[in-house]
Amino acid sequence: MTAPTAAGCAAPDQAAPLPASLDLEKETVITGDVRSEAGEVVAGAYVRLLDSTGEFTAEVVTSPAGQFRFFAAPGAWTLRALSRHGNGDAAVTAARGINEVAVTVA
Amino acid sequence: MSRDTALVSAEWAEKNIDAPGVVFVEVDEDTSAYDTGHIAGAIKLDWRTDLQDQVRRDFVNKSQFEALLSERGVGNDDVVVLYGGNNNWFAAYAYWYFKLYGHRDVKLLDGGRKKWELDARPLVTDAVTRPRTEYVAQEPDNTIRAFRDEVIDAIGTKNLVDVRSPDEFAGRLLAPAHLPQEQAQRAGHIPTAISVPWSKAAKEDGTFKSDDELRKIYAAAGLDDGKETIAYCRIGERSSHSWFVLQELLGHPNVKNYDGSWTEYGSLVGVPVALGDEPGEA
Repeated sequence: MTAPTAAGCAAPDQAAPLPASLDLEKETVITGDVRSEAGEVVAGAYVRLLDSTGEFTAEVVTSPAGQFRFFAAPGAWTLRALSRHGNGDAAVTAARGINEVAVTVA
Repeated sequence: MSRDTALVSAEWAEKNIDAPGVVFVEVDEDTSAYDTGHIAGAIKLDWRTDLQDQVRRDFVNKSQFEALLSERGVGNDDVVVLYGGNNNWFAAYAYWYFKLYGHRDVKLLDGGRKKWELDARPLVTDAVTRPRTEYVAQEPDNTIRAFRDEVIDAIGTKNLVDVRSPDEFAGRLLAPAHLPQEQAQRAGHIPTAISVPWSKAAKEDGTFKSDDELRKIYAAAGLDDGKETIAYCRIGERSSHSWFVLQELLGHPNVKNYDGSWTEYGSLVGVPVALGDEPGEA
């Protein structure tokens, strides 16, 4: 697996296990997958994390299994997925620990 | 500079894939994207291994840049078209390097990989090799590069533009939200910096907003056209994107990218730091 590094800004491998050093008592992880209306996972979708004012915060590309993951903070967020099959949104109110959310694109 | 000379559209790029004298260059931090498919004929540059010195914290020097481009087959007269993932962050960073080392004709592909993929334009996995060249770089043009002492001196006198996300600016996060947050340096921003997240300059498909929209965004944020400007982010790549907007698209003179950015400034002993959503006092 490719561990995220302090020096870089590229999106880490979205399918990799969470780093062992990650403290889930402190981190707020927003994770899930992007699916089509038919329920199939969408790989290579661009998932954008927008804050409570709609401002862009981060973006990752989904793994071959359609997964994405963000390290955020507790609060209200919107996920916006773009793909060549269509786009979609999902709202999430995140707490510390792992927050799972699915996004459907159409 | 202007949009017409600094930027090309995906349509233009697709029509010019085989044009003689045009070299497409994909720049990513993680080159696995290139390996799964790239624009036909495009070579790759790895931001970390190709463009950074591997020992000192600095980017490649003139002779390293010459060796790199010679080995990859880029000539001084080639039109270099840069594109990449992460909304062209690293491609914009490379654009800034090419300008710094005096390349004559370099352009950014509007929207980068994302727009290309969302348009379902063709990507190929063929290996690309170009004949070796003897690339000659110019001495670095430090009129577009800011160093830390200059940044400290700019507090309260020049435009400082922090292009990170609002939460990084305020000190609530230390890194973009797709990365773990455990770095050790202090959070916050350089006092008197205005917050104009890089993302405000781009549409969601990664292409740049119109010049009129861009001018309004920076004016509303309080950018003073009469002053010199220094842009920074965390490691200097997002601020290259905003440097590109200010200098290359909007034609502002005297814009510098502070590539040391917050990972340097936020680790300095004794410098002022502001917290919260406001620029703060000098």
